[in-house]
This record gives sequence, structure tokens and C-alpha cells, in this order.
Amino acid sequence: MEVPILKQGPVLIATFQAALSDADLNQLRSALVQQVVRFRSRGVIVDVTAMDVMDSFASRTLREIAHIIRLRGAETVIVGIQPEVAFAMVQLGLTLEGVATALDLEEGLAYLNQKFKTMK
Amino acid sequence: MSRVEIRVTISSDQDIVLARQKGRSLALELGFSSGDATLIATAISELARNIVSYAGSGQIALKDLQGSSRVGISVTASDNGPGIPNINQALRDGFSTSGSLGLGLPGVRRLMDEFEIDSKPGQGTKVVVKKWRP
Repeated sequence: MEVPILKQGPVLIATFQAALSDADLNQLRSALVQQVVRFRSRGVIVDVTAMDVMDSFASRTLREIAHIIRLRGAETVIVGIQPEVAFAMVQLGLTLEGVATALDLEEGLAYLNQKFKTMK
Repeated sequence: MSRVEIRVTISSDQDIVLARQKGRSLALELGFSSGDATLIATAISELARNIVSYAGSGQIALKDLQGSSRVGISVTASDNGPGIPNINQALRDGFSTSGSLGLGLPGVRRLMDEFEIDSKPGQGTKVVVKKWRP
């Protein structure tokens, strides 16, 4: 199941569906990086609201995406981690250190817009 | 006594998703909260991933636990892979031999109530974890 990526101005928005396999996550990573380059995007939002499990692989892939995109000069923010998913992640020791997170899509966009101002 | 037993053969990343979905459904059927079902599904995901990464293939078996006064779920992950040479080391946080793995076993142990592991080099690994409904 491929993750759809929407382009909204300088921002790309990837919305996760529920049951993503490792292969889907790897596919998303390459697709996002390619599109950031293609559209010269300045920000990426990964919406994980629908994700019911964030295990070590998903968590590591998200961190890699954020770090790759930062090296490219753009910012990534992960939005919509569900409270119970966050609880399980902390128990597993997965903290997404060094990756920006926000409550939802709206807050994520606000965060990126703020970043864009300071980047100018 | 168990009334239900669901077995999922694990040999690819798609099976990891299937196993954790079946685990979540069984947990919800047994009356676990959705928060606990998430913890159980996450533990299954990690155990199934260990099978794919280290052994290539194996099995996840999900069972209900009917105690005299309580209900729980048991998850057994078994494989015929290379086994774990040093279990104590594998149970310490931050240990991973494949490099591509997450934190694995110590995390799974924290997510569940009971944790047992049996592994010998060359003879595969069996991990049994249980969670009881509060």
C-alpha cells in the first residue's frame, strides 16, 4: 500500500494508512526524498494519525526520513502520533529524538511556517 | 485452559503486519482496552520482526489465557534460526546484532507482564510473553 504524497506550496504532506509494511515504509522514504528534490520543497509533514502501531522499524524509518530531508535543507515534522501509540513507543525506548513532532496537520503547518520565517 | 489459538506463519514483512493485526483483534475480543491492545500489537510486531531479521521464518501463536479469576493473552514467537548465543546480553537495552533492528527484547519485556525466552545456538529461539487484563 503506497503512501499518498500531496504537494501544498513549499510543503509535502504524506499521510500514512493503517497497516504499513516495512517495504511500504522504505518506498515512502525514497518517494519523499525524490519529491523534496523535484519540487524544491522546504518542509515535509508526515501524518501518522491512522497508524495503530509504531514499532522500532517504523520509528527508525521516520527518523531517517527526517534526517535525510534535513541534510537536503528542508524540515520534517511528524504529526498525529496517537496517545496509546506514544505510550507504547516510550515503553519500547523509541523517542524519535531530534525529530520535530506536532499535535496535528494544522499545528504541523504552523510549525513549518514559523521555521520558514526564521530560515529567511 | 485456552479456547482460541491463532497461528501466523512469519516469513516476510507482510506477515509482521498480519500477526499484529490478529493480535490486536484477539486482545480486543478478550476485553483488553484499546491502549493495552496497542501495547500487545507493538510487542507482536517486534517479536515477528526478530523472526524475519534473524531466522528468516518462524511462527507467532496467539492464545487466550483463562485463569480462575483472570483473563489474559499469550504470544509465542518461535523459530528454527541460529538462536541467541548470549541471552543476558540480548536482554540489555541497546543490544542488537543485526544493526538494522530496534531495541527488541528489553522493550518487548516492558510492554508485557510476563516474559520467557528459551534459545540455544543452532537450535532456534522461543519467546513466550503474556499480558493479563487488569
